[in-house]
Amino acid sequence: MKKLINAPADVVDDALRGMAAAHPDLRIDPEHRIVFRGDAPVAGKVGLVSGGGSGHEPMHGGFVGMGMLDAACAGEVFTSPVPDQVVAATQGVDAGAGVLHIVKNYTGDVMNFEMAAELVAAESGTEVVSVVTDDDVAVQDSLYTAGRRGVGVTVLVEKLAGAAAEQGRPLAEVAEVARRVNGQGRSMGMALTSCTVPAAGKPTFDLPENEMELGVGIHGEPGRRRVPVAPAREVAEMLLEPVLADLDFTGGDGVLAFVNGLGGTPLLELYVVYAEVQAVLAKAGVPVARSLVGSYMTSLEMAGCSITLLKVDDELIRLWDAPVRTPALRWGV
Amino acid sequence: MTALDTDALGAWVREFARAVTEHRDELTELDSAIGDADHGTNMDRGMTAAVAALDATPPADAAALLKTVAMTMISKVGGTSGPLYGTFFLRMSGAVGDGSPAAFAAAFRAGVEGVVARGKAEPGDKTLLDALLPAADALTEAVGAGQGLDTALRAAADAAAKGRDSVTPLVARKGRASYLGERSAGHVDPGAASAVLLVEAAATTLARS
Repeated sequence: MKKLINAPADVVDDALRGMAAAHPDLRIDPEHRIVFRGDAPVAGKVGLVSGGGSGHEPMHGGFVGMGMLDAACAGEVFTSPVPDQVVAATQGVDAGAGVLHIVKNYTGDVMNFEMAAELVAAESGTEVVSVVTDDDVAVQDSLYTAGRRGVGVTVLVEKLAGAAAEQGRPLAEVAEVARRVNGQGRSMGMALTSCTVPAAGKPTFDLPENEMELGVGIHGEPGRRRVPVAPAREVAEMLLEPVLADLDFTGGDGVLAFVNGLGGTPLLELYVVYAEVQAVLAKAGVPVARSLVGSYMTSLEMAGCSITLLKVDDELIRLWDAPVRTPALRWGV
Repeated sequence: MTALDTDALGAWVREFARAVTEHRDELTELDSAIGDADHGTNMDRGMTAAVAALDATPPADAAALLKTVAMTMISKVGGTSGPLYGTFFLRMSGAVGDGSPAAFAAAFRAGVEGVVARGKAEPGDKTLLDALLPAADALTEAVGAGQGLDTALRAAADAAAKGRDSVTPLVARKGRASYLGERSAGHVDPGAASAVLLVEAAATTLARS
């Protein structure tokens, strides 16, 4: 294993120290491993808290700031944060208007956020509403599985609900925006290589040189199917086909198209993919209203990408264009 | 009848921690195949911290001991194993009773029921419950039939191992392994594997306490 680290056990703490040094406008609680917006709690504003395993940077700590999250809890690599962290984050951002938890649908994340919400309810009167993201069409949705995973749409939920909260909307409305975005977004990913969890020291799965994994998760969970490596044009089609089949994206005001790198794929290649995505969508009669291209929700050094489509309307476009000032997304300010 | 006092339960917890450390890489290996390659490291981090917490503040009684282990697992581990093992020890702590084998069997069952409530998994979903539920049944049955604790715990450990092996051919329906669909079949479930270590540790320590 070759990694730019000091020791596998120190990765998360060392990275948080780096974030604190690089972004003095954020406030980092090293003990609880929480990244706070510098001015949290913001008077009169609904607080937005998210979190999850580390190894997906910039998600979630890189999305803390004006117009997005108020706090993000960092777990161990690929392991959800613990309830104590979520409780401390929730109390730290509560300005009296309530707190929204944005939780990706993984058994551990859901369980730990649920326990935290129970503890907060028992300890203080803070009103907490949770929205769970589950946009990954690679996973069959069934009563008998853990359900679809929360992937790319989580970034969009954090931006759009964050903008709604910044406008001073009440908790119920902010939660409604988050739920609507999750309901109207679908994603699918693929990997060219595995990732290596620092503590494990070797790649999570073996992928032969001439194969790629379709429907891969963001924790190195293998996907559902292995296929021969193909040109970006065919990869874009393979990823978009199940996304377009799952939800009707035609008509209306178009989509926000999000091509996300998984950590080890250069932006050059992500733009190659984006060009193909545009072409597929044009052929399918799906107009693109906004786009996002870059590595925003990664899986350590995994090479590969995910594609997320979100059905948008005037309101969502306005929320998308609203100013945001975080380490990873920053415009209009 | 053996009294399951603070020392006895402390020995159980320490033996479980030792076994988890010994099998850390193996558990992580199992998790690489069908999960996210962290079960061994997470369990080791949690149980090592639990033993350290017991050393730092020796618990007043059996209930306090189990509660310390529970709170450490919940606050140090994260993922699914933290809340699930934490809930197991927490529910046990609330049900230790008089320390008799019957009370231990009842407390163990209360712990397993806590795991059911927290994880919402069912038998056959291919989770740690597939080792814990048969172990609880075997324990209750043996103790109820008046067998000694050593015999009862041996039966429980064997039932746990059998339960673990019985779900290996199955398709996972809970947790990260469920994302694999058919490809999870044929792999040992890492959670069931660590649960066997827990019951096996009870058989090797509590039986001779």
